[in-house]
Order: sequence, then C-alpha cells, then structure tokens
Amino acid sequence: MGSSTYMPKSKVGKWFEERLPIMGLMHSTLGAGYNAPRNLNYWWNFGSLAGFMLVVQILTGIILVMHYTPNVDLAFRSVEHIMRDVNYGWLMRYTHSNGASMFFVVVYVHILRGMYFGSYKSPREVLWFLGLVIYLLMMATGFMGYVLPWGQMSFWGATVITNLFGAFDFYNGMGESILHLLWGGFSVDNPTLQRFFSLHYLFPFIIVGVVILHIWALHLPGSNNPLGIDAKGPGDKIPFHPYYTAKDALGLSFFIVIFALFVFYMPNIMGEPDNYIEANPMVTPSHIVPEWYYLPFYTILKAVPDKLFGVIAMFFSILIFFVLPWLDGSKVRSAKFRPATAFFFWLFLVNAIFLGYLGTKLPSEIIINMGGGIDALTLGRIASVFYFAYFIVIIPVVSRMETTKPVPTSIAQSVLDARKEG
Amino acid sequence: MLKIVKNIGLAAMIILGSVSFANASGGSSFEIKKNDWPHAGPFGKFDKPALQRGLQVYKEVCSACHSLNMVAFRELTALGYNMDELKAFAAEYEFPNGTDDEGEEVFRKGKPHDYFPAPFASEAEARDSNNGALPPDFSLLAKSREHLSMFTPWNSLYGEDYIVGILTTYHEGNPNGDEMTDGMYFNEMFLGNMIAMAPPLSDDLVEYADGTKATTQQMAHDVATFMYWAAEPKMEDRKRMGLKVIIFMTILTIMLYFVNKSVWRKVKKGDDLV
Repeated sequence: MGSSTYMPKSKVGKWFEERLPIMGLMHSTLGAGYNAPRNLNYWWNFGSLAGFMLVVQILTGIILVMHYTPNVDLAFRSVEHIMRDVNYGWLMRYTHSNGASMFFVVVYVHILRGMYFGSYKSPREVLWFLGLVIYLLMMATGFMGYVLPWGQMSFWGATVITNLFGAFDFYNGMGESILHLLWGGFSVDNPTLQRFFSLHYLFPFIIVGVVILHIWALHLPGSNNPLGIDAKGPGDKIPFHPYYTAKDALGLSFFIVIFALFVFYMPNIMGEPDNYIEANPMVTPSHIVPEWYYLPFYTILKAVPDKLFGVIAMFFSILIFFVLPWLDGSKVRSAKFRPATAFFFWLFLVNAIFLGYLGTKLPSEIIINMGGGIDALTLGRIASVFYFAYFIVIIPVVSRMETTKPVPTSIAQSVLDARKEG
Repeated sequence: MLKIVKNIGLAAMIILGSVSFANASGGSSFEIKKNDWPHAGPFGKFDKPALQRGLQVYKEVCSACHSLNMVAFRELTALGYNMDELKAFAAEYEFPNGTDDEGEEVFRKGKPHDYFPAPFASEAEARDSNNGALPPDFSLLAKSREHLSMFTPWNSLYGEDYIVGILTTYHEGNPNGDEMTDGMYFNEMFLGNMIAMAPPLSDDLVEYADGTKATTQQMAHDVATFMYWAAEPKMEDRKRMGLKVIIFMTILTIMLYFVNKSVWRKVKKGDDLV
C-alpha cells in the first residue's frame, strides 16, 4: 500500500487527499493504481468472493444479534422468533447459516488454488501464513456460531469439541482446568453459551484485521498467476480496474445465484436436522457430527486410537500447511509445469473429500463391500496416512525430483505465443 | 517419473471404480414410502384445504398429548382463515388471567396473539401421563426429522414422509416374533421399531369439516402437511422471493458477462502487445 499515483480531479478531492490519503489507498489497492498479472483465471475470483462473504456474515450477524438472546433457556426460542416473527428474519438467518458454508467453500477453493499454482512459495510465505491464520479464526468462529442456536447438535458438538482440549492433560488436573476455563463451569452450560456468543461476535472483526494484513502482504509482491512466473515487464500486467473489477463483478454475480439457490430453495441441506431439537443434556443424539467443513479433520481425529495423539494429529493436519513453502523444494511454482505434482494434488483433493465423507460415518460402518467388508475406521486410517504422507513424503520428494516442463519467459510472451498458434 | 504417476493413477481409478458404497439404513429393514407433497419443489405451495384438515386433526387428536409451543393463533391466517374465524378459533381456548379480589384464579378467552396452550404443565406431568415417554412438541418436528442428502438427493427423507410413516405403519404385535415391552407398540418407521405412542389414528376418527373422507392415510397426510407448515411457516415467502432474486441475478450475470467480455476484448488476445 504506501505510495500512490492517485491524482484527485476535484479541488475538494485534492484538499481531502492531502489531509487523509484514503482515496489514494483505495486507488492503489483495488483501483486502476494496482497492476495485476494479465493472465489471472477464474480461480483468482475466490479471494474477492471470500471478502464478500465476510461482509455478508458480519452484516447478517449484526442484524441477527438484534433479536437473539444468549441464554440457555431462551436461545433456541429466540432463533425461532427470528424465523417466525421478525420481518425477513428467516432471510437473515438462512443467509447467515448458509453463508457460513459458502464462506468455507470459497475459502477452500482459494486455499486449493494457492496450493495448485504455488502461491505459497517465495516471496509469498507471509501472505500464505496470514491466510492460514484467517482460516483458523474462521474454524473457531464457525464452531462457536454453530453452538448459538442451542439445538441438540449445538450442545453435543460443543461438548465433544471442547472435551478434546481435555486431552492436554500433561500434569495432574491440567486437562480439567482447560475444560473449566472453556466452559466457564463444570460442563457445557449457560456460561459456555455466553462466552461463545461474545467471542463469535469478536472474532469476525479480528478476521477483518488479518484480512487487511493479508491484502497488504499481497500487494508487496503482487498476485501470483497461473504460470507461476514473476510479472515483470509492463506488458505482463494490467490495471486492476477496470479489468479485474469487471471480472470479479461477473464472478460475484454468478456466485450469488448459486448462494441464492441454497438460501431460498434448500436452506437446511447443509445443516443437521437434530439442531431443530432444543438442547437437552439428558439425551445424547445417536450420531454426533460436526459441520461439513470440519469433517476431514474429524476423521483424522477418529483414526488415531489414542485421544491425545488423535487431537495432536488433528491440529497437526492443519498446522502442517504452515511449512508447505519449505516442504516444496521446486524452483517452479505452478503445477501447470509440474505434471507429477499436479497429479498428486488432485489425489490429495480426492483423498480429502473422501476423509470428509468418512467423517459422517460411524467407525464400524461398512463402506466397501469387498471381502469381509472394509469399515470406515480402516479406510479413515488409510486416508489419514495418505494425507500426512502427501506433506511429509510426496511433496518434498516429488518437488525435488520431478522434471518440469519448459516455463514461458514472460506472461506477455505466453500471450503472444498463444496468439501465433490460434 | 510420469509413467509411474500414470500407473498409480490408473490403479487408484480401478480401486475407486470397484468401490460400491454400502447403503446405511439404520438397522431397520423397512422401506420408507415417499409421498407427493404439493408444497415440495421450487414452486410448491401449501395445500390450504389440507392445512385446515391437518389443524383439525391436530386439535381433535394430537393436541391431547402434543404441544405446539411456537405457533400463535394469529399465524393461522396462512391456512386461509379470515380474522373473524381466527378470533372464534382462539376464543375456544382459555388462558389464566391473574386472580380476582378473593385470590381465585381467573381465566379469559384466547385471543389471536395467544400461542397454542400445551396439554401438560410440565415434562414430569407429560411423562407421568404417557407411560414415561415424552410426547415431542410439534413446532419443529417435521424439520427435525428430515434427512436431506445433497449428493444423493434420491436418498433424501422428508420429515413429512417420516410422519406419515409413523402414523400408518403400526403392527399388531411384533412381526419379527420377538416379545414386546409392556406399553410399547411396533412401528416400522420409529428408530428401534418400539414406540410408546398407541396408534393415534383410525378411520373416521374425525369428521372433516369439508366432507373429505377421513381415512387413516388421509389424516396422516393432512396432519403431516400441517406440521411442515408449523415448522417452516415462511416457506412460500421464501420461494417467492427466491424466484425474484434468481431471475434478477441471472439477468445481471448475463449482462456482466458481456460487460466483462467487452472490457477484456483487446487485452485478451494480446492486441495491446503488438
């Protein structure tokens, strides 16, 4: 951000800019003053879509809070009050609950795009870290938000997830102390609901702060691009406005159509029906499942026989993304020129989706009818081993051994080459 | 290197191809029957005569044990009643209204803003009257029993179908030949097949105001429709607004497609580089 070539046309604009150069800042971050590589494809739309979803969640959330009551006796009823009595309350709540899922969808695509095109590689490591911090904050925010309606899955999900932290029982009573701190009592109860509500309202604003850092860290090296080569010459770049504002607007508009299909026509498809039953500490649901965006990690947790090591494996499965820039030793960024890397990337993706699918199953459920039948636990263990092997073995080895395809000398040259061919 | 990768890929595809996903049926060997619901689908609307009949079944049969805590009389306008009918309906109920000068409890007639009164004062009373079982509240029951599947929609189970299933699949005794627990009834739909609710419906149990023949199947259908409305009263508003939003956003998307195309025309082909 920093220096700007922005020149206000009006006198008032000049007067203001001398006193607070905020218009210049906008110009140089999202306007014509920011030059982006000319070859960004539609996978580069998902950053702005994630930003849009953050705003949607904050706006709908603020309105929901106007009518919601964070108390174990009133929370469930107040959500139904929003659904039934508040004008357009159903729209706010369905937008917010489906918005959480859509936010995770676009963020997952955004992260996977970074993995495929090597956006985490030098000089964008800090940009990558900040993105992962946003993702971790989103996980915490989403989890606490799911507790607020105080349905059966809210309560029991909260019980299961908070209990995980009890595994850190390194000296006598430590695990219990952590749990009491999380709960604000001796079980998931009113103090838990109230602290989760408080933090659920706070975290999105921390996310906004980290998003600003994320964009700042983006603008120093500039965007990566599908070729993964540095954009150097003037022919490699085009102004963000109007090119990418137009492209982002198109992507956003299409995205809203998809989003609307969920909100208006299948608003409950991503939720658990049990959450329409008010929380009851005396009745355990037959099957406790977290929201879909945690499922792959839930399978990894269940795959490890020991509780402490299961929890460690689960946290490790996300934290390992932080060292990805160093696990990958290739000189080429984009998987476009790394066929083996690309192949394993898709295998990783299929495996991650499979892990998520297994997360919805009971460990003893037979998934594959072959031989005596293979159950979800066995498959979960195999898929978890592959998940970690991808980071610890496959990426370090493949990225260093692979013969890469020839990389174009510049973005402009690749455009000219394509022009010659067709 | 590439060849190894391709071979691994081929092997993985063969393994994945041979996977047949086992269908989890929850231990019950009974099939759920799917009904056609006029309110299902993107243009589905509530069948108002069915809602009114369903309300009648709820009032005359179910409400003896099941509460409907989150529905107010005023909301019944959605079933097609006018304000006078609504006031008359509400007036059939009595609500406590403080005490008189001698400290005796006083009652007043119900008004549109009142909520359906619960049949039991507490959970303990409800359990005591029902052989230890708690009759669930109806306000959200239809939504809490649906199981929607995004990737295999044909496996989706609507709460309404579940409710009709519960009401119409009772058996005399246990068809598996096992002994029945005292006070329990065999039901195909219920988890574990043992339900504490005695078969609530029988043919001609109610006399429908609109003259429809009150078969068990008909009453089950009507009350399930009513319960879905109770759980999702804003469904019609939602679908109506959804249609507008989607038409508007689709047109905007098409327009933005051409805007984007014209903005990028020169740059796309690299005309600016020559």
